[in-house]
Amino acid sequence: MDNSKIVIETHELTRRFGDFIAVNAISFDVKAGEIFGFLGANGAGKTTAMRILCGLLLPSSGKATVAGYDVYTQSEQIKRQIGYMSQKFSLYDNLTVRENINFFGGIYGIPKRELQQKTAELLERLQFEAEADKLVRSLPLGWKQKISFSTAILHSPQIVFLDEPTGGVDPITRRQFWDMIYEAAANGITIFVTTHYMDEAEYCDRVSIMVDGAIAALDTPQKLKQQFGVEDMDGVFLQLARGAKRSGD
Amino acid sequence: MKAVIVDNLVKTYDKGKVLALDKVSFEVEKGELFGLIGADGAGKTTLFRILTTLLIPDSGVARVLGLDVVKDLWDIRKKVGYMPGKFSLYQDLSITENINFFATVFNTTFEANYHLIEDIYVQLAPFKDRIAGKLSGGMKQKLALCCALIHEPKILFLDEPTTGVDPVSRKEFWDMLDRLKERGITIVVSTPYMDEASRCDRIALIQKSKILGIDTLQGILSQYKKRLFAVRSNEMFRLLNDLRQYEKTTSCFAFGEYLHLSLQQADADVPATKAYLEAKNHQNLIFKPIQPNIEDAFIELMEIHDLQNG
Repeated sequence: MDNSKIVIETHELTRRFGDFIAVNAISFDVKAGEIFGFLGANGAGKTTAMRILCGLLLPSSGKATVAGYDVYTQSEQIKRQIGYMSQKFSLYDNLTVRENINFFGGIYGIPKRELQQKTAELLERLQFEAEADKLVRSLPLGWKQKISFSTAILHSPQIVFLDEPTGGVDPITRRQFWDMIYEAAANGITIFVTTHYMDEAEYCDRVSIMVDGAIAALDTPQKLKQQFGVEDMDGVFLQLARGAKRSGD
Repeated sequence: MKAVIVDNLVKTYDKGKVLALDKVSFEVEKGELFGLIGADGAGKTTLFRILTTLLIPDSGVARVLGLDVVKDLWDIRKKVGYMPGKFSLYQDLSITENINFFATVFNTTFEANYHLIEDIYVQLAPFKDRIAGKLSGGMKQKLALCCALIHEPKILFLDEPTTGVDPVSRKEFWDMLDRLKERGITIVVSTPYMDEASRCDRIALIQKSKILGIDTLQGILSQYKKRLFAVRSNEMFRLLNDLRQYEKTTSCFAFGEYLHLSLQQADADVPATKAYLEAKNHQNLIFKPIQPNIEDAFIELMEIHDLQNG
């Protein structure tokens, strides 16, 4: 891991919706190649913060740069440097696996010849060649998530944002998915991930926990457990989130 | 009389091409809190729809409170409460309007059965005039539970009530279920979160349309055959890869802070395994025997099942 290079930097980043402060002066850095866990209760402000960092929403105040670009003025450049995957939206059900890869590769601006080659490599690596021309709709959720993640990093982004990527999958698939995350991180892609599975928080290099719009804790899982005097990340989360004033999505 | 009897239930979709339930059988006792645990696509929702008379099975028998789900559907509908996985309330009605609506459908009133939902409703009361579409996830979930309870059902079917909900809200939801159970209501609940197994009296593990095992959590765990070790070092991903490539390893998976490892000859392989890892220069190695948890058991059952089915 290149410890010197910072790929996400925020300083007192704030977003208001009317009187409501969704994100309240959060400051943190994410280093290149790091697996950064972004946790919080429903309604804590995670989604809003993530949308800002993806260049989809303007902050109300504060600073943030992603891959060196300013979220206020360079959102288009940011979008080219990042990948995004969520459980809720990942692939088009009524396109085949190959069509989905082509579609997203095209959107990410990968030249046609390179895309063909990358598609072939991807299908081989996932051992999905036999399913390449099947509709995504007909595939098990675990497969969709693997294709979706691979598609999100096909253009070799600096950072990939994963929004609850493992919700609802079986325990083996969930672990295979984390193998892919580790591999991507080992290849230098920074991982920014949200999850409701506290065991997955342990797989992160560092974890931040948002409560009521602010970052209530940020450290390695080991240090957080020491700090709160608990055995696992579930214990850390419960202590912090029980004090939360607001709830919601 | 059992609360639920399911015997050899089969359901296919798409003219038999998609098998959703493959000879599923189980029973639920009266007053039991029964968990159906499995990933998305395992067949949980299909099973719930059959038990609530919304789908007809291809073959097999299902009885709820002694009534047949095909022949006696109207009687069953009066007696069951159903909370579907997707939020299914009227988004443009308020909290009280939704509860009133569901009460009226069942020929009762909010006031007559208020005592059934009081515990949960008091948490919603400050927002009672807010439309359902504007509620937070946790509040929608509570409202849906109120609507499923307002006609005094004998049995509740809850399809993934905690999916996508944070750990704190999940614990609160299970606390509510405990209080309902104390009142004698039978509850059948599905979840993809394996850790919630500990909140159920008994669980059925379901994967790829089949039941892998039915028992208490302790019973499921006691069937686990392999000797299991927890291992960690300073570099977890390298450790995982090294152990997966190791000739004596039978399985190795990440489990939070530790890897869970099983070895071909169990304890006899431990010294050689430690030496192997030290030779690979793993620092701060921790290696200790542990008891399996529900995910270990589920993974083992999945593997056994996959072997049996080629």
